[in-house]
Amino acid sequence: MQLETTPRDDALVVTVMMERIDAAIAIQFKDDLRAATENGPPRVVLDLSHVDFLDSSGLGAVVAAMKLLAPEQKLELAGLGTNVEKVFRLTRMDSVFTIHSTVDAAFDGIAQAS
Amino acid sequence: MPQLQSLKNNSFRITFPGKPLAVRAALARMMEQLTALQLSDGDRGNIELVLAEAMNNIVEHAYIGKPNGTVELQIMPTNNGLVCHLRDEGQPMPEGKAPTGSPVLLDCETEELPEGGFGWFLIRDMAHDLNYTRISGKNLLSFRISLDQAELPQN
Repeated sequence: MQLETTPRDDALVVTVMMERIDAAIAIQFKDDLRAATENGPPRVVLDLSHVDFLDSSGLGAVVAAMKLLAPEQKLELAGLGTNVEKVFRLTRMDSVFTIHSTVDAAFDGIAQAS
Repeated sequence: MPQLQSLKNNSFRITFPGKPLAVRAALARMMEQLTALQLSDGDRGNIELVLAEAMNNIVEHAYIGKPNGTVELQIMPTNNGLVCHLRDEGQPMPEGKAPTGSPVLLDCETEELPEGGFGWFLIRDMAHDLNYTRISGKNLLSFRISLDQAELPQN
């Protein structure tokens, strides 16, 4: 599993260094994301810009990871490619998350919340 | 590892073990084979997602507790899109029917948000002419995925 964590301002950026979040990796992804965000700052930005493919199991893992955050923590998403964005949009999960076009946009104060 | 058999008119068949990593390998093989059709990125994304959902369902439900099952995928390009057939020898679908794939409800607290149940919704949303039958202990699932372009190159 490749998750890179980078502190930025008062937040933690978690960059997924994989092309796929699919059924084969979903449970490990959830566990690793939990480990990466544990004891972290309240704001976590998940950078999905390297992810080309996400299936419903991957979507479920992102949702599960969000639910496992500490009560004061919030998970935001950034850099969704076309295929990834489509899964969030069709399932209407884009209404649950704050989604930024890029990681930089997440720190510009121009949140593209949908 | 997935076994690929080329058929006429750009059709092909991939046979693979009913395991998560084998699904991933079969999808990669399928996408590679589909490059011959010169589809748009959007079409390719739709195809990979629908097939991933349908194939993951077979591994996770039909073949639950049965590690040695085999899945057969057949893809036929037609002028109405891509016709897909999936065959497995696992458990039948609940009540002998393909799930309706109702949209999951998101109007709830964060801790109540669903972590699953999206797969059949996505399949039903993106695939057409879906048909499920159980014949001689085998599950047969067929559907068609519409494509942006009307004409497909024929061999």
